[in-house]
Amino acid sequence: MAKHPVQFRLNGSDRATFVDGAENLLNTLRRGLGDFAPKYGCGQGTCGVCTVLVDGEPHLSCLTLAVACEGRHVETASGMADGPDFHPLQAAFMDHFAAQCGFCTPGMLTAARALLAKNPNPTRDEVVEAISGNICRCTGYEPIIAAILAAAGSSGARRA
Amino acid sequence: MLDVRTCASLAEAAGILSGDRQALLVGGGTLVMRDVNEGRLTDGTLVRVTDPALTQMSLSGARLELGAGVTMAMVLARPELAFLHGAARAIGGPAVRNMATIGGNLFAPMPYGDFTTALLALDALVVVQSGYGAGRPVPLEEFLAARERGSQGMVTALQVPRPQNPQHFHFRKISRVKPKGIAVLSIAAHLPLAGGRVAQARIAYGAMAPTPMRAKGVERALEGRALDAATLAAARQAALEGTRPETDAIASAWYRREVLPVHLARLLAGAAR
Ligand SMILES: Cc1cc2nc3c(=O)[nH]c(=O)nc-3n(C[C@H](O)[C@H](O)[C@H](O)COP(=O)(O)OP(=O)(O)OC[C@H]3O[C@@H](n4cnc5c(N)ncnc54)[C@H](O)[C@@H]3O)c2cc1C
Ligand code: FES
Ligand code: FES
Repeated sequence: MAKHPVQFRLNGSDRATFVDGAENLLNTLRRGLGDFAPKYGCGQGTCGVCTVLVDGEPHLSCLTLAVACEGRHVETASGMADGPDFHPLQAAFMDHFAAQCGFCTPGMLTAARALLAKNPNPTRDEVVEAISGNICRCTGYEPIIAAILAAAGSSGARRA
Repeated sequence: MLDVRTCASLAEAAGILSGDRQALLVGGGTLVMRDVNEGRLTDGTLVRVTDPALTQMSLSGARLELGAGVTMAMVLARPELAFLHGAARAIGGPAVRNMATIGGNLFAPMPYGDFTTALLALDALVVVQSGYGAGRPVPLEEFLAARERGSQGMVTALQVPRPQNPQHFHFRKISRVKPKGIAVLSIAAHLPLAGGRVAQARIAYGAMAPTPMRAKGVERALEGRALDAATLAAARQAALEGTRPETDAIASAWYRREVLPVHLARLLAGAAR
């Protein structure tokens, strides 16, 4: 079967590759473009480890057709650090021990990044909602919630 | 092999879908891509439509029109659709809501279909385009019955009569996992009150049958009555009429039947306040 060409901006750089027709974006990122930040967890949409931003909004790359990203902006956790400098969310995740095995971390960071871009001063409930599609089997979520609130410089006490 | 065709127009997509039995429309892909990833869907053509008509919304008149490709997030972004926000927010997490379309929700197997359940209680109409040609609105209830019989067709839009008083519309999803979880069941109720009495009651259930269903026994028990204790008791008595729940990983059919009357009674008691 013919391969389909696809081009999009990945973490600020133009990238082009060929994909199988129904290939999902996660495979394209990992196998085609060598970006290993998004992970393959369930392939069903339930775990959130494959979360990426498409035009700034969180999407599950395991359920996204690669060809549907033609011309769009795709961002993964790989693009968050600025050279040696961590993104404030990454620094807060370290400070709060918000990663244990780390498997959920790229998805959590991406979900949190989308939240803070829209809502720089979220409540605790808003943080919980923002990561509600992301499963963590290690931390019990509390350190992740604390890290996101800390990165926002927020006590989480503001009322919605 | 599974291939993808991208169609710039609805007419082109409709043509492919009517000519090729192995062609399948993909909306947000949250269900279709799962089947691809799990190897249940390996042959044929996925048809993707980029026609902007599919995501158009016209929200001015008494009958709102929403393109079938409108996502739950797009619904949530429109204050005019506030009465549908509870149902849209009940679906998945933020990433799912950015992808899941209202058209795809019409086809989601039980226990999915929460948004469709809300639309059913609002007497929504489905605009189906079969092959080339103009759309024709079909009552959602009729559409769902046809879906259960296996009928196919491309949905281009949904028409939703705006509730005269949004406070008369109620939606509840019962799930075990908070803040988000798949439905044990969901209930939508449109209970317009005229002179303190219910006029044109509509009650719909999700996850209580293979497709979202109207609870006609409950509607009859409510029609023309005040929402008093006797009416609520009669409604509760009729709660299970016509239900055909299934057992799945979320709940057994028995459990769904046990808890439905309780949640219905709570919803109605809330509406009576
Ligand atoms: C993690 C997760 C959580 C979920 N939670 C919920 C939930 O809480 N409640 C709920 O109701 N659903 C839930 N879903 C299921 C699903 O996301 C939604 O039902 C969604 O609305 C389906 O829409 P879609 O556009 O993604 O469908 P797709 O996967 O694109 O399509 C589904 C089916 O509909 C057909 N179809 C799609 N659009 C059209 C059209 N315009 N005309 C004709 N046929 C069409 C497709 O051919 C396919 O058969 C969840 C899914 C995931 C992955
Ligand atoms: S791998 Fe995509 S949600 Fe689990
Ligand atoms: S740190 Fe292990 S899954 Fe979250």
